[in-house]
Amino acid sequence: MAVHKRSYRGYPGQLTPLWSRCLIITRYAFKNVFQWKLLTSFFVACFIFPLSCAVLIYVNHNTRLLSMFGIRSLLNIDAGFFFHFLRVQGSLGFILTALVGPGLVSPDLANNALPLYFCRPLSRTGYVAGKMLVLLSLLSLITWVPALLLFLIQSILAGGSWMGANLWLVPNIFLGSAIEILVFSMLALALSAWIKRKLAAGAALLGVFFFGAGFGQAANAVLGTHKGDLLNLAGLIHTVQAHLFRQAWRSAISGGSAWVALLAVSGFCLWLLARKVRAYEVVRG
Amino acid sequence: MAPVIELEGLGVRFWQRNILEDLRCTLSGRAVGLLGPNGAGKSTLINTLLGFYPVATGTARVYGYDIRTQTKQIRSLAGYMPEIDCFIAHMTAVSFIRMMGELSGLPSSAALERAHEVLFYVGLGEARYRKLGTYSLGMRQLAKLAQAIVHGPKLVILDEPTNGLDPPARQRMIRLIHEMRDSRELQILLCSHLLRDVEETCDEVLILKAGRQVHYANLEEERRTNKRFLELETAGEDAGFAEAVENLGCACAATSAKRMKVVLPESFVMRDLYRLAEERNVQIRRLNYRRDSLEDIFLKAMENANGRS
Repeated sequence: MAVHKRSYRGYPGQLTPLWSRCLIITRYAFKNVFQWKLLTSFFVACFIFPLSCAVLIYVNHNTRLLSMFGIRSLLNIDAGFFFHFLRVQGSLGFILTALVGPGLVSPDLANNALPLYFCRPLSRTGYVAGKMLVLLSLLSLITWVPALLLFLIQSILAGGSWMGANLWLVPNIFLGSAIEILVFSMLALALSAWIKRKLAAGAALLGVFFFGAGFGQAANAVLGTHKGDLLNLAGLIHTVQAHLFRQAWRSAISGGSAWVALLAVSGFCLWLLARKVRAYEVVRG
Repeated sequence: MAPVIELEGLGVRFWQRNILEDLRCTLSGRAVGLLGPNGAGKSTLINTLLGFYPVATGTARVYGYDIRTQTKQIRSLAGYMPEIDCFIAHMTAVSFIRMMGELSGLPSSAALERAHEVLFYVGLGEARYRKLGTYSLGMRQLAKLAQAIVHGPKLVILDEPTNGLDPPARQRMIRLIHEMRDSRELQILLCSHLLRDVEETCDEVLILKAGRQVHYANLEEERRTNKRFLELETAGEDAGFAEAVENLGCACAATSAKRMKVVLPESFVMRDLYRLAEERNVQIRRLNYRRDSLEDIFLKAMENANGRS
């Protein structure tokens, strides 16, 4: 039948399983994210440092090459190496979050598209999970995934004894990155849900990190306390990571308190999302 | 026909304020109209049926599924066209409709095929690769309709579908609703404050006012019933004409010497009336079927509601 003569007809075919619906949101969000060439370039650039580290590890074990320069070892691959690796990649992850995060929920809110999602068999949790999966996967790809690959390369080159002695790093690499990724993603999504303009949401994310730290310092100075450090999210993340990698870190906040503070921030963001991500808001009249 | 929607004392409350109160009704028409003035609770009822708002009292069933506990099943069966402007500005119509189809459970390739098909069906075929942000209001209404039917739902809920449309666009929308209704592949719940839209498309109507159900009418039956009421105006001197009409099995009530209202029995043949008039030398000057339009029904319902409150 010619397309212009089509009449209405139902859909008699098979349906996809319910659990897979949130992945559709992720797929379309990815498509949208990688339409922006600047972002794609930045994402590729995020792999330069891990690649350099991999080359460094290889050179570090190439005795012939090192002897040519009269060096015994370039650097010591230990907990400190992975701690600093995650700090660098974490900073890049933050920039990536600031670029990607604001565009995830705000376009749906700006044009009232949420009822169209939720009138289908898709829960609010599914929607948030689908959007968050974008950030989780992108940030994972530049933090703990390359870190574990570097660990694997080092283990292969250094041998079983090094691996046995440093095996405790594996869960800590994952945990240290996971808390960072969780806080970044939650904050980005919550701000994206509350601020309809992409640019403003991105600015707000930067503001939360930088002004939060500044405000915390000011509170410390005025009140003569160290509790202001709880507002410094980047400081809290580094405290947790230093605690996990058994590194010395100048912070008045203990590792445990930093964990609790970061989980509280994530919980607050989740509450903000639950308040905003719904088909219709009921306004008190 | 099996019931589409069963309201069982449904009530919705926001901050101690009753928005919907004790709605009880069974709706089973192919196209059901939800009618009421602004603020009557029509959209709230739709949103509650879709599980967007919590139920305070009672419950409701859509195709037998309880809205309190089986929202996912209901949403799988329904397509929804909201009243407000809803779209994703940076997406092309075809990818937007495809995504909505996939979210409703269509496999990716089927969703793409259906997206093209429904966009042609609603009349946006030529504009399907344009971004939704560039669409006019009328085109966005059609795109909203397309996303509501892309997955071939059993029930389509249309909330004020002709809002903001110019007369030709409105005609087109009404025609599409007619076509969908007549395809018998789905049932329609149409919410509107425009009597004409409901009258032209629906066979059942539920009238709400201030969150309460003020009237339920089966328009099909009303139309059939109206055919049995006559208003007669005669000329000629025959006092016994009314009695003779009654002898034909009709019920008569004379409003004046030459005017009467007649209720016809089921098997009545109109020719008998003309023959009787001829025999008695009575001229039938005027013969009207009673026409109770939806407007009459609506106004009566509003009057009754005012009288009650």
